[in-house]
Amino acid sequence: MIDFVVHGAFMLYAISFMMGLATIFTWVERKQSALMSDRIGANRCYIRVPFTDVRFVAWGLFHAVADGGKLLLKENFTPATYDRVCYNLGPWLASVPVLLLFAVIPFGGTLTIGDRSYAMQVAQLDAGILFVLAVSGIGILGIMLAGWSSNNKFSLLGAARAASQMISYEVAMGLALISMVVTYGTLDLGAMVRWQSQLLAGAIPAWGIIVQPIAFVLFVTACIAENKRIPFDLPECESELVAGFFTEYTSMKMGLFFLSEFIAIAVVSALTVTLFLGGYNLPWMTDAGFEFPGGATWSMPRWALVVLQLGTFSVKTFLVGCFMIHVRWTLPRFRYDQLMAFGWKFLLPLAALNLTVTVIARWLAL
Amino acid sequence: MSGARPSQGARSPPGSAARSSDRGEHTSGPATRKRYWNEPVMGLWERVYILEVIRGLWITGSVLFGNLGKWMSGRKGALTAYYPEETRSDYSPNNRGRHVLTQRPNGEVQCISCNMCATVCPAYCIEILSKADFNDPAHPKAPERFEIDYSRCIFCGFCVEACPEDAIRMVKDVPNLPGFDRQQMWGKIDLLKLWHPLTDPRKRYPSPPGSPSERAS
Repeated sequence: MIDFVVHGAFMLYAISFMMGLATIFTWVERKQSALMSDRIGANRCYIRVPFTDVRFVAWGLFHAVADGGKLLLKENFTPATYDRVCYNLGPWLASVPVLLLFAVIPFGGTLTIGDRSYAMQVAQLDAGILFVLAVSGIGILGIMLAGWSSNNKFSLLGAARAASQMISYEVAMGLALISMVVTYGTLDLGAMVRWQSQLLAGAIPAWGIIVQPIAFVLFVTACIAENKRIPFDLPECESELVAGFFTEYTSMKMGLFFLSEFIAIAVVSALTVTLFLGGYNLPWMTDAGFEFPGGATWSMPRWALVVLQLGTFSVKTFLVGCFMIHVRWTLPRFRYDQLMAFGWKFLLPLAALNLTVTVIARWLAL
Repeated sequence: MSGARPSQGARSPPGSAARSSDRGEHTSGPATRKRYWNEPVMGLWERVYILEVIRGLWITGSVLFGNLGKWMSGRKGALTAYYPEETRSDYSPNNRGRHVLTQRPNGEVQCISCNMCATVCPAYCIEILSKADFNDPAHPKAPERFEIDYSRCIFCGFCVEACPEDAIRMVKDVPNLPGFDRQQMWGKIDLLKLWHPLTDPRKRYPSPPGSPSERAS
């Protein structure tokens, strides 16, 4: 019974964490881009206390709520000729896998209740990385279905672009991930986080970004490409294809694509944190507490440690997501041939080279 | 990249030997790519790309954190104006953006509702409803409603020039245009309800012969 309650709580936390973070990222995207270009940004939406003139603006945070409400209330327009099944299936196939991805990501250390201990993740899979790669591949299907079933040139072009781009960049991402797997010697994401809390040379935390900096750059680049964000937003570029693969979608179907894009930012931020930035741990922190390089230790109560780990993971994920939004508002877009050339001629050889060097170093270390 | 490529200023006219060698130089590259005269010359720094990406992130990041600091400390970092609440600073101090109706010394509106301003208005935004008061033989006609539709007004000032009675003027102000719906913009100001009695105008017009001010009293 207690198992059921705890795992249910984990699932609830995971889903609300993802959805909440995605909602906040829509606000961050507006506000951060505004600050970067000397504007003010979203600040109009407010909630008024009834019968008074007291208004809560909350720096424009309610704009996300207003957007959701607006999308729900819009007319559900469908094109005259469309494939009914595929058209309705597309948004779900695009948005469910990104939510599923978070199931294997550990968002905290070990939770101990009574004499039982639970690893704080929804599904403690031994093959977590493989699950990530497999499920993130399903998202392409939804986009292909959406683009093809809309019976529209722009949608089809966007879908074709999305498919070729995501498949191309998944290769580089997979190779970067394999080099991380070789480094950590495990496929389990929780074990990877525990590996990262050991120390290099007795002082530096062995985070993935320090052990494998090239893999970090490759992974983040490929993740931005997987998310179809600028500078890789060819599938939905507004200036050429109206909205790419979801041109013909309206109301909450379009909202699902929109939301899945922001959930995807949150998920790949969480993945980056888990793989490269020490996961839920602060530097010199383990499940037992802090162990500083001088030999000093600071053990905390169990509940405080769990809360600290949850908070650390949230803040790290938020900051990585902000970095991705920062990249999106800084770089101009690639041309399509440049995109393909960048993926196949630069990222893939670099990833292969990185993997080779990693394997040789690992073989020599054994 | 070859160092023998000529710079833009030293480029030879078409058909010369330098051009043909330039063309021959690029047969090794992608054959179908057209070469433009203003093609950017990229050094090694730009070709590595990631360094330029980091530089760009640094530039936008410095702007972001500068503005974030200003925002969190309550100062204004944005160049844009917080529109209806905040008046743009680059309006001319002489900008005349608001109409007022002048009044006679006894406080009545000076307008005789002759409709000349409404006739001359190029945007057709002045609406006058007149009323008659035969107890006042000097001014039997007066406006009952004097509306300016600020959603159409172009602030040309023709109404001021057309007025024979100096009854409408424009003052140094910024129009308060925004509204929450179209009804608030349509017929924005009923000047007879909101009129600003200009009893002491800074610029006195010369009184016409016959002294209308004496007639008014």
